[in-house]
Amino acid sequence: MLEAILSLTALGVVLGTILGIASRYLKVEGNPLIEEIEQMMPGTQCGQCGYPGCAPAAEGLVKGEAEVTLCPPGGKSLAVALAEKLGVEVDLSKMENKEKALAFVDENLCIGCTRCFQVCPTDALLGGPQQIHTVISDICTSCEDCIDVCPTGALRMVTVEKTMQTWHWPMPENHNKGATFNGNL
Amino acid sequence: MEIFNIQGGAKLNGHKSLTADLEIITTPMPDILHIPLQQHIGAPAEPIVNHGDRVLKGQLIATSKGLISAPVHAPTSGIVKRIGDFPAPHPSGLPVLTLTLEPDGLNEWAALPEPLDIETATSQEIADRVSQSGIVGMGGATFPSAVKLNLGQRYKLEMLVINGAECEPYLTCDDRLMQERTEKTVMGIRVMMKALNVPKALIAIEANKPHAFKAMEEECANDDNINIVNVPARYPMGSEKHLVQALTGKETPAKGMTADLGVVVHNVATAFAVYEAIYLGRPLISRIVTVSGQAINKPGNYDTLIGTPVSSLIALSGGMSSEPKQLLMGGPMMGQPLPNLDVPIIKGSSGILALIDTETIDQDVMPCIGCGSCVMVCPVALLPLDMASRIQHEDMDGADSIGVRDCVSCGSCNYVCPSHIPLVQYFNHAKGRLKEQDIDRRNQDRMKDLAQKRASRDEKTLLALEQKRADREAYNAAMTKMDGKGHGTDNEMDIK
Amino acid sequence: MTYIPPMSGPYMRKNKSVRRSMLLVMAALTPATAYGFYLFGWPAIILFSITLGSAFIFEVMCLLLAKRSITMYAFDGSAILTAWLLAISLPPWAPWWIGVIGAAIAIILGKQVFGGLGQNVFNPAMVARVALLISFPLQMTTYMQPIPLFSSAAPSFMEGVGIIFGTSSFDAVSSASLLSTIKTDLGQGIALGEIMAGQYIPSDWILGNSVSSIGEGSALLLIAGGIFLIFGRIMTWYIPVSTIIALGLMATLFNIIDPSQYPDAMVHLFSGATMLVVFFIATDPVTSPMSPKGQIVFGIGLGLLVYIIRTWAAYPEGMSFAILLMNAMTPLIDRYVRPRIFGRTQKGDPIKLSEKA
Repeated sequence: MLEAILSLTALGVVLGTILGIASRYLKVEGNPLIEEIEQMMPGTQCGQCGYPGCAPAAEGLVKGEAEVTLCPPGGKSLAVALAEKLGVEVDLSKMENKEKALAFVDENLCIGCTRCFQVCPTDALLGGPQQIHTVISDICTSCEDCIDVCPTGALRMVTVEKTMQTWHWPMPENHNKGATFNGNL
Repeated sequence: MEIFNIQGGAKLNGHKSLTADLEIITTPMPDILHIPLQQHIGAPAEPIVNHGDRVLKGQLIATSKGLISAPVHAPTSGIVKRIGDFPAPHPSGLPVLTLTLEPDGLNEWAALPEPLDIETATSQEIADRVSQSGIVGMGGATFPSAVKLNLGQRYKLEMLVINGAECEPYLTCDDRLMQERTEKTVMGIRVMMKALNVPKALIAIEANKPHAFKAMEEECANDDNINIVNVPARYPMGSEKHLVQALTGKETPAKGMTADLGVVVHNVATAFAVYEAIYLGRPLISRIVTVSGQAINKPGNYDTLIGTPVSSLIALSGGMSSEPKQLLMGGPMMGQPLPNLDVPIIKGSSGILALIDTETIDQDVMPCIGCGSCVMVCPVALLPLDMASRIQHEDMDGADSIGVRDCVSCGSCNYVCPSHIPLVQYFNHAKGRLKEQDIDRRNQDRMKDLAQKRASRDEKTLLALEQKRADREAYNAAMTKMDGKGHGTDNEMDIK
Repeated sequence: MTYIPPMSGPYMRKNKSVRRSMLLVMAALTPATAYGFYLFGWPAIILFSITLGSAFIFEVMCLLLAKRSITMYAFDGSAILTAWLLAISLPPWAPWWIGVIGAAIAIILGKQVFGGLGQNVFNPAMVARVALLISFPLQMTTYMQPIPLFSSAAPSFMEGVGIIFGTSSFDAVSSASLLSTIKTDLGQGIALGEIMAGQYIPSDWILGNSVSSIGEGSALLLIAGGIFLIFGRIMTWYIPVSTIIALGLMATLFNIIDPSQYPDAMVHLFSGATMLVVFFIATDPVTSPMSPKGQIVFGIGLGLLVYIIRTWAAYPEGMSFAILLMNAMTPLIDRYVRPRIFGRTQKGDPIKLSEKA
């Protein structure tokens, strides 16, 4: 009886000392996690998540204030990657399966007011005063900031159609209520 | 010759007896032809004729674009009725730019290039002729063959392998080609050997085609450089990398080509097309298609013009006896379902199958029981159930890390799964998503760059503005000190 | 027009299904089970039926609660198979409530709570057996000598009912199993040779005329069933072979070191539940690794653990515990032991070809 108590106490003291020493000498300054998370975000500061930019969003994620599903441009794959990084569960059912949409200028309605390209974070909008503006679709991040400022409604979001080059098989339907596969893997 | 084992694979019920003994029949001219301008891997071809033009048989109607592309030729003489979007023979049903041709019944040939003299032609000349003739891999992959014939210039090649395996059930077009057009096929093979600059060729034929084997063996009896090899009838023996493993025992490195091992593989029908291009100057405008399945009245092997609508082909082959459960282009393992019967036959269409319900499957999915049957049959030694599990949980990167991009989508895992899980669909979905992700990530890097440039430009503008304002105030302050009056304004327009 | 995606290929399938696999395993178990019925008579048959029946009822109850399809899942054979394996590892004349509680633990706690078919971490039959063993040690260790079914000394059907329901006082000669005899006697300092003499007749063990649970007796019939399943491609040979080799080697090694303390490989392999577990329980697809290499690691681990538990731990029968421990290791094994991908090295990089001139 006595030996058991003594041996366990000794073990506890020794291990506790080791942990204390480690916490002092192996301490990590700051939280590098926030920077790593920020690197994973799209970086376009679009604001759709509710934070003023990707860096504050990263902070919010690390603090646990934000859900990993917060970033529409990042989509489901970003949510899963963030969940793995932060070690949290992710519930993808809340994420809408948003079709990819890009900004489009209806040339009949554009009055050349220049308000839109002043707010575009990636300079995807081209144009000059009194001249019809247009969108360089390759670099449009779908942040929708331009839609908010257009006075005539010439700017709207148009879903990108799938072509033969971009089509792929959809995910098989889930017939088994949650999991066909063992989630232990 | 020693044959090595391939890992995994499944022994399938061939169903080839429906058409294996039927001679090739040339189908009569259909009423209309729809010729897609993309029937190959790579950039679509660009049309060079217009609506209303009369074109001749074999005339170039669309030019290739870029290095990886192929031109398209008119399968017969007639009037161009339309150049526009038309449903592609693709499961999505999405449109592809298609040239619709109304045959005039005359079948008049255009002026064809002169036959090449094999003795004097260089590899480049042969590859150029193959490229001009629009020849692509006829086994179904439709990779531009000229590019594959040019590999001799970049890689040290030892051997040409002719793929006569035809491992898909039901399909017998290559089998009949080897039996009925033996001499011309072998002549095409010799042309390919010259183009690739290789000393020898192996023609691999699965053990379930004894007649084809005999025919080819007799044809090549006096040729020491060409050997006919019997390979086991094990699916997917026709997969290029696995065929090379069976013949040489070597594994093609991941993300690499068989050319890395000194071997180039071409389909046997491609060899026949090369014969026609070199010796007759004819471009690729027709191919042999196996029409089979128990819903077809008269199954057979039909020599058909490219662009023939599937409905015409089926009607010309006697029509369907019942509504099929599944209508496929290709074989039952890797074939694609057709959106409707109006879509055309293209260069890679090896078969049209109309399967009744006893010949095909239902989608009654049970949970995965981890039996590992899929692991035992995967020819790439992947873990299908692990990959599919990650994909279902939206972990595409996780699936990528265990090799989903190495998957050849052969379907052996699907074939043996007792829970009837559509594994291949998971993998094809993942490959599509990963491709999207790659494009997105490249774009994201570019956009981050642009956003940063914009942000720093905005900052500079702001600083410049502040500087100007400060200068103006300093000026005003100095002037006021001098004469006591107010000067200048804070109006931006003035400062500018 | 809404686009309805077509069904994806391949469009051909081998004639395999979950139900077919379960039925084939049951078929493989039938000879050994029937022989067990013959050896232990009506009580065994009744206990078996009660266990299977209650398992089916619990399965249906859980499916209804989880709102899952009864037609698809209740009749896939998995619950019946689990109950079968549990039933034949019970003492032949155990009371009826052992069967019912065992079935409840196996189906509800061992399988449905995890999410149903394919989701459990531990083998449900073994979970139930271990729970019963620890909770009701007396009933779970009361074995007896076999009384063949049609012999004069065997209980009749009604007497069998009485025995299982505890209302009769049939005079049966209760015995301890061989392994527990060995353990207790070794503990008392008796040398192995003496213990075995008169107790252990090898032919009895192999053929099944021994003190054991319903199905454990005839190792030969179990091996035959296992071989049938391996050739029918319902299971692979990696786990049975590696377990037998590992266990056999350990037993032989220690037997050579000290024959008076350590029973030899024959005893270990042919007594207790070894053959039953090795062929039918360790190979349970859901709870064993999915790759051949992983299965070999699993088998070796199992063999070693069984030997260690049997020889140096408090329980004479180590199989059930060893299985549970190895089941817990399965996700770990699956994560780190992977096959080498075609065209890549074991680490996962594309293979480098040697540069030839």
